[in-house]
Amino acid sequence: MTAQQIIFLIVALYTLGSALMVVTTRNLVHAALWLVSTLFGVAVAYALLNANFIAVVQVVVYIGAIAILFIFAVMLTRKDMRDAGPQMNSNWWAGALVAVLVFGGLTSLLSGWSGFQNTAAALPSGFDAISLLGESLTSPEAFVLPFEVASVLLLAALVGAVYVAFNKK
Amino acid sequence: MSFWNDPLKVAADWLEGVFAGWGMDAILAHVLVAFLGVFLLITILMVLDIFLVWIERKVVARFQDRLGPNRLGPFGLIQPFADIIKLIIKEDTTPGGADKVVYNLAPVLSMMSVLILWAVVPIAPVMLGTDLNVGVLFLIAAGAIGTLSIIMAGWSSNNKFAMIGGFRQVAVMVSFEVPMLAMLMIPVIFAGSMNMNAIIDAQNVWYFFISPLGAVIFLIAAIAELGRAPFDLAEGESELVSGFNIEYSGMKFGMFYAGELLHAFTFGGFWAILFFGGYRFFGLEQVSPFLAILILVIKAMLGYWVIMWVRYTMMRIRIDQMLGFNWKFLTPLAFALLLVTALMNALLAGASTWLYVFGMFLANVVTGWIALEIARSATRKERASVEGPKPVEAHH
Repeated sequence: MTAQQIIFLIVALYTLGSALMVVTTRNLVHAALWLVSTLFGVAVAYALLNANFIAVVQVVVYIGAIAILFIFAVMLTRKDMRDAGPQMNSNWWAGALVAVLVFGGLTSLLSGWSGFQNTAAALPSGFDAISLLGESLTSPEAFVLPFEVASVLLLAALVGAVYVAFNKK
Repeated sequence: MSFWNDPLKVAADWLEGVFAGWGMDAILAHVLVAFLGVFLLITILMVLDIFLVWIERKVVARFQDRLGPNRLGPFGLIQPFADIIKLIIKEDTTPGGADKVVYNLAPVLSMMSVLILWAVVPIAPVMLGTDLNVGVLFLIAAGAIGTLSIIMAGWSSNNKFAMIGGFRQVAVMVSFEVPMLAMLMIPVIFAGSMNMNAIIDAQNVWYFFISPLGAVIFLIAAIAELGRAPFDLAEGESELVSGFNIEYSGMKFGMFYAGELLHAFTFGGFWAILFFGGYRFFGLEQVSPFLAILILVIKAMLGYWVIMWVRYTMMRIRIDQMLGFNWKFLTPLAFALLLVTALMNALLAGASTWLYVFGMFLANVVTGWIALEIARSATRKERASVEGPKPVEAHH
């Protein structure tokens, strides 16, 4: 086993353990904090894949915005911070089943792929992933249309949020 | 390559040689040396942090026409050590009903979010933690951890004041992240890279002269991110006693305090790197890396001094004023400036350096002037609607 594989296994175990804590802990704020820990593990996994930009964006967007929003929502809507309700509802088995099926499906799909056993080749020197990403997001031959559609969708959501929150005088 | 040209690499190579001589695995030796490098950097920063306490207290004393610490040692230099001894021997209290793990983790995360920033700071041309190609975004990512630490501290203390302080601070930080991110993109447009070192290399003309408005907005957003006056409503001594860190005592409080000081110094450094050429000063940085470090520290200290100057001059603003200022003025202005800068950059692509600098400077001034005029007329209308029609002045 190479050092990178060992690091990956540690990170994967950490991420999965945190994810398990998200769904099993009784305190909602704790669940949100464990979610932050899980998302951080995912960011480390991206960094291990040499995807620096995605790793940093993962931290900025998911931890800096979404997780903070979760914690905010929990704090503003719960009267008692020490709540200890049941951590699962009656549909827990369906969720677990979907998770197991997705994991099994992905594993069987990937094991049929020719590159499954290969180790990743080292990146050539001078390989600029961000420029490539930026160019492919703005070039008409590549992904400019999906990128713009996603932007318009987000803008619409933004306008909708402002409309919902707008206080007519 | 001699020690004076690239001290870190020479020292690292020598150490790796020593470890290899002990029969250590090459990879393990490399990791160990990298770890020692991080340890050295953090130690230097923490020692610097001790003196920042002294600097802050001396400077605030000058601003407020006092003397500052002056009893222990020459110029009161030993005072911070006395403070540290006091903080360490103070009783370490935990409030009843506090969430112990989260409560104790918060100051550590707060300090960590500051120290981690130094991973991407180029201290000298050959000295930097990691040559990350997304260095600029890393700044915002580290800020996210800082936000998290404050919300954790506010929530876990089991104190209403701490909770309100935490809420306020997070509202400030989440809001001002937006203009800060937009302003970080301005050096990126000029340099064509998000790499800190590439941004410094491209600054033949300081970006402050190309985008003065961008530099000012970045400074305002940085001060808000630091939670210093006029944006220190999370601390708000007159209403919240001490805000999110109210329940912390001893060294745990010290971590928040030292973290804030180092954060201010670090943002002074980032201001210098992004808008004032970082370690560059008329080619002096090529003479020796040690000179480059000195230049960066002086520039960072000047930035820190400006932040202190603002802090001890301005009054605290209310939360609605803060949110209105950010969302109705600063964020639209930041996005408008970003658009103008990108457009001008495309228009002036083939122009000579002087024309480019002059055009950009003019665009900045015009953008800022239009924004101020719009803000002025809007506030006039608002004031008129509150005050009602002006009474006719009596004739004498």
